[in-house]
Order: sequence, then structure tokens, then C-alpha cells
Amino acid sequence: MAEKILLVDDEKDFVEALAERMRARGMDVSTATSAPDALAQTDKESFDAIVLDLAMPEMDGLEALKRFKEKNPQLQVILLTGRATVEKGVQAMKLGALDLLEKPADIETLSRKIKDASARKMVLVNKAAEEKIHDIMINKGW
Amino acid sequence: MSITEAIMAKFKPEFWATGGGEPGSGRRVLNFRRTWEQAILLMLGVSLVPLLALAHLDFQVTRNHAENEMALRTGRLLNDNMRAVSFFLQERRAALQFVIQTHTLAELADERGLALNLEGLRSSVGGFVDLGLFDGSGRHFRYSGPYSLQDLDYAAESWFQEVVTAGVHISDFYRGFRDDPHLVIALRRDMDDGSFYILRATLSTEWFNAQLAQFKRSGYGEAFLVNRQGIVQTPTMNYGEVLQRVRLPELPSFTEEFRVFPGVDEDGRELIIGYAVIPDAPFILMVIQRKSEVLRSWVQTRLVITAFVAVSIILIILVILGVTTRLVNKLYQADHERIKAMQEAEQVGKLASVGRLAAGVAHEINNPLAIINEKAGLMRDLLVHGNQETRLVRMPVLLDAIREAVERCAVITRRLLGFARHLESRWQEVRIQDVIEEVLAFHGKEAEYRNINLCVDVAPEVPVFVSDRGKLQQIFLNLVSNAFAAIGDGGHIYITGTMKNEAQVLVTVTDDGTGIPAVDLKRIFEPFFSTRTQRGGTGLGLSITYGLVRELGGNIQVESAVGVGTRFFVTLPLNAAKLQDGREENANSVG
Repeated sequence: MAEKILLVDDEKDFVEALAERMRARGMDVSTATSAPDALAQTDKESFDAIVLDLAMPEMDGLEALKRFKEKNPQLQVILLTGRATVEKGVQAMKLGALDLLEKPADIETLSRKIKDASARKMVLVNKAAEEKIHDIMINKGW
Repeated sequence: MSITEAIMAKFKPEFWATGGGEPGSGRRVLNFRRTWEQAILLMLGVSLVPLLALAHLDFQVTRNHAENEMALRTGRLLNDNMRAVSFFLQERRAALQFVIQTHTLAELADERGLALNLEGLRSSVGGFVDLGLFDGSGRHFRYSGPYSLQDLDYAAESWFQEVVTAGVHISDFYRGFRDDPHLVIALRRDMDDGSFYILRATLSTEWFNAQLAQFKRSGYGEAFLVNRQGIVQTPTMNYGEVLQRVRLPELPSFTEEFRVFPGVDEDGRELIIGYAVIPDAPFILMVIQRKSEVLRSWVQTRLVITAFVAVSIILIILVILGVTTRLVNKLYQADHERIKAMQEAEQVGKLASVGRLAAGVAHEINNPLAIINEKAGLMRDLLVHGNQETRLVRMPVLLDAIREAVERCAVITRRLLGFARHLESRWQEVRIQDVIEEVLAFHGKEAEYRNINLCVDVAPEVPVFVSDRGKLQQIFLNLVSNAFAAIGDGGHIYITGTMKNEAQVLVTVTDDGTGIPAVDLKRIFEPFFSTRTQRGGTGLGLSITYGLVRELGGNIQVESAVGVGTRFFVTLPLNAAKLQDGREENANSVG
């Protein structure tokens, strides 16, 4: 099954080129050029993974990451940044990012990370489903 | 090179050739030569003035004292001798009086009577040469003594006339008939029948000579007798022959009984002159001393003291010269070290700002590079997987996008190169707005990402002026970097440029960041003061900024409130170039 991912970066050229290459690798890719736009999209659809630029005008990556996690803790976010610092990396990991990659990133590495994220999400979703079933079994035992 | 020049070159301290106003933060704090001169003058002043004043005062006081002493001693000697002379005369007169009172004329006129009395007077009081009796007509009718003066007629002699009228007479010294200086004492004895006779005694000068010569031996000048007309009566070494006028340019008027006063002799030497009128006698005792002789011991003491003072002065001058030169030289060397350290620090600061720029540029270049990376990757994908048609359609578009990204990189590198080129010190026409915007351009992305509001407001009346563009860049780069560090995301930086007055531009850099505590505010321009040492601050940024502003002939001030923000005021002169030229001329003329 095709991974459904969202690319968020303020550079339109970058985000579109990357999206096209991902699609060529058989992924279902959506794009957003700002954090609010991305948040709006996650409201409408669910994604297996989100690739998020750290430095963006209006709202930066860390702030966006916090919002994503607030809405849906199961969301798998991979940060992509041109100006990585240890401080930012640690902060991102604490906020629940799956990984942090430096620009310019290798497409294969990124793909692998996305697949990992997608798998993780599956596990989490399955686990949640199991718990739900378990709940139903317990509470609505008939 | 002459010998004096060689010596000068050997002793000339290092700082001698330096002027005061060398440009640069390498600028000397002091004009060492002037400092040296001032220190020397001050130290010489405070040490020599009291010394000389004391020496002078001591000279005056001791001189006055010596002169007073001299006058006192002269007076005392004068008094003593006057009494001796006076007593001598009175004694003789009293003896004669006794003789004339206790003998009748007959007894005296007797052949043996006068001789016996003369003998008696000689052996008892002494000093008598002869005795004589005169009748009312002046005839010397009886004489006893070594000369043959019997029966000479004295009626015309002045002493005879005087004794006839006054009853008693003490004469001046005179030669008379015997041609040997002597003086006479004559007494008149009235008879019951109205006639009278006169007893006359001659006194030799021996006693006077001996008495006054004794004074001379004491070493305090000369004592001698003169009469009221100033005729010398007893021998003197320097002031005239006996019975001649006293040899002094000015003769005192002898109006007072006793006087000591300064005078000069005929050769112009200073004298202390004292005189005392001998009572009941026509004599005046004079005591004359040479000032130079009397003051000799004082002059000798003085010479020793003067020599001591002179040696002290020479020593003091040498010590002051030595110590001051050494100290100023140390100061100069310390300053030299400081300048070297500052220059190194400046270099470090320059490198730090270049480093900061490089970091900013690297971040900015990363974005277009990422685009190029993705576009190139996409092209590769197309080449490997795509068909001919899509390749032909897509490739040119992608290539254009790559070129566009490359152009973006080029803009950034060009900007960096331009900035780096300006970092070299060069005086040129500068539009302050351009400099500020150039600096802000490097922070553009950061401002965008951190939502920082940058506002530049340069008044249109601020003219293009000549300044050092590189230094201005560094100044504002440092201030803007600091502002960026101080504010949080979404903060504001406000830069204004206005004319402070006709000759100065005022640029303010304001942020609404954390602010600086009042305690630190005083120290922020000090080298190595930093509150960010843990985070890689060197503490040099603002001190270098301060140095740079000063080099441009400007001034930098700061005001800040914790939690409100910080504002830097940079005042720059419009005619800094002229200052610079003047300074170079100075340096040239000195060097």
C-alpha cells in the first residue's frame, strides 16, 4: 500500500520537486508551503508521515510539530532542516519527532525514514484498534 | 652624527618620538612626551620651590641676624671704649682739680712745688707729661717737664682764651710749640683779689694709642678719636693720618651722642660706622668695621649651605629625570603592549564577525542548494524512468529552476564578497542607509524565520558623507547581531538615522529584547566583559565596536531597561575624514 505523506516547506520549488520524486517512488504525496496550511490539511485527511521544515516564516517547525502532536499524537513527523543545531534537535525529539534530517537530504534515506514512520503508525493504529476492540469486549460483553 | 647627537640617541627614551594622536584603537592614550614634561615640571616645582624658598629665607634671616649682631657688638665696644676714654680724662681732670684746690699759688709756684706735684700725679694717676702755671696775661711763669717752655707767651693761643672765659679746658690733640701731638687740660683758679692763674697739664697720647690699639688687636676693626671737625686725633691704619681729616667719603654730623650706622669707605667697601661723643671733651670716639671682615664667618657658613643646596638641587634634578623617564617609559611600554593586544583583539573581532557572516550565509545557501539537489534528483529520475516526451517537456523547466537557484546562491556569495571587500579599511563616500541595509540583508532570513520585525528609518536630510565603510559595517553588524541575540522570536529592531546637529549624524539601534541590568551597563564596553562567556561570547564585540566608533571620531552610548529593551546611540561626525587627515599629518610631522 502507498504511504500517504505530507511535505511542508516554505520553498515551493523544493517541496514540489521532492513531492514529484516521492510520487515516482510510489508514495501518495501532498504538499504545503506553510505550517498553517499543513495544519489545515491534517484536519481534513490523515497522513502516515509528515516531513516538516524547521525554519519557516509565520510559524516555525517546532511550533507546528507541537500543534500536530496536540491534534493527533499518533502522527509521525520527520523534521528536515537547513540549520540543524543540537539544541533544536533535542527539543524536536522531546516534542515527539520521529527523526531529524539535514538538508540537502538524500532521497533514499528520506524514503526509508518515511517507510519506518508509516510502519510505526500502522503498529500504533493497530494497537489502538486492538485496545478499542479490547474495550468493547470488556465493556459491552454480550 | 655629532657626539651630542650620539649621546642623545643613546639616552633618548623610547617614547620620545611618539606623538599623541596616532589613529586607530591602537591610538595612544597619552602624549608621553607631554606627560613626561608635565611630570618633570611638577616634580621639580614641588621639590625645588620649597627648597629654594627655604634657602632664600634662611639667607635673609641669618644675614639680618648677623648684621644686627654686628651692630650690637659695635655699639657695645663703642660704649666700653667711650667710657674708658671719658673716665681717663675725668680722672686726670679731677686730679688736677685736687692739686689746684689743695695748694696755694705760692706753694705751686715754688721751685720744687710744681715738680713735686708732677711727680705725684705721674706716679698716682699717670699719663702726665708736664705741668705749667700761667698768669692772667698768658705768661708761662712756671713750668715743670721735659721741654723748655718757661716764659713763653700763650696769650694768643685759643686754649688760653677759652680757659680764661670757661674756667676749664680740654684741648684737641695738637703739636703746639713742641711739635709732638699732645693734649692739654687747663684749669683756672680765681684769687680773692680778682686776679687768677691757670694750671695746665699736658697729657701724652701714649695711653690713648695703647687703649685704642688694644681694640684693633681684638680684630673687630679700628677705634680712634676725632674732634668735632673730623680731624683724626689718634693713629689709625686706614682712615687718615693723625691731625689730618678723617678719610671717609661722608663725615657724620655728630649731632647725636651715640650712633651706629652703615657707610662706605673711599674704595666703596661697606662699613659699619659707630661714633660716641665723649662727654666734657672735644673728642668723638669712632669705631669703624669692614662689613666683609665681620661677616666673614657668616659668609663661610653661607658658602657651605649654598654648596649643599646646589648639590641637592643637582641630585633632585637627576633623580627626578631618571625616575620620571623610567616610569613614563614603562607606561609607554605597557601602552604599547595594550595597543598590540587591542590590535590582535580587533583582528579576532573581525574574524568573529566574518565567522558570524559565514554561518548566516551557509544557512541561506542551504535552501537553494536543497532545491538544486531535488531538481537534479528529479532530472535523474526522469532520465532513468521517464519517457522521451516528458523528458523534452520537463528538462528545460527543471534546468531553469536549477539556474534560478544557482542565481540565488550567487546573489548571496556576491553580497558576502562585497561585504568582505568593504571590511578593508577605506575612506569613501558612504550612504548610511546603504550600510545599514547591507548589514540587515545578512539577517534577512533569520528575521523572516524568527518573525522579527526590522524597521529602518533614515531621515532624508542625512547626507552622503565620507567615512570608513568597513568600520561602519562592523559597527552595525555587531550592534544588529547583539540585538538579534537579545530579542526573542517576534521581537522588534528599530534603526533610525537623524542629524544630531549640523556636523553629526545620530544612528540609534533599538531592540525590545531582554535589556541589560544597570550593574552590567557600565561595563559593557570594557574588553572581555561578557555575560555570554559560557556560550561562546568573547566579550570583545562591544569593546571593539566602541574602539571602531572612536576611530571614526564618533561616540557610542547605551541606555537599557531590563525587560523593556536596549538602545544604542552612535554619533558619527560628517567630517571624520578631515580629522583623519589632520591626524595623519600630525603623525607624519612627529615621525
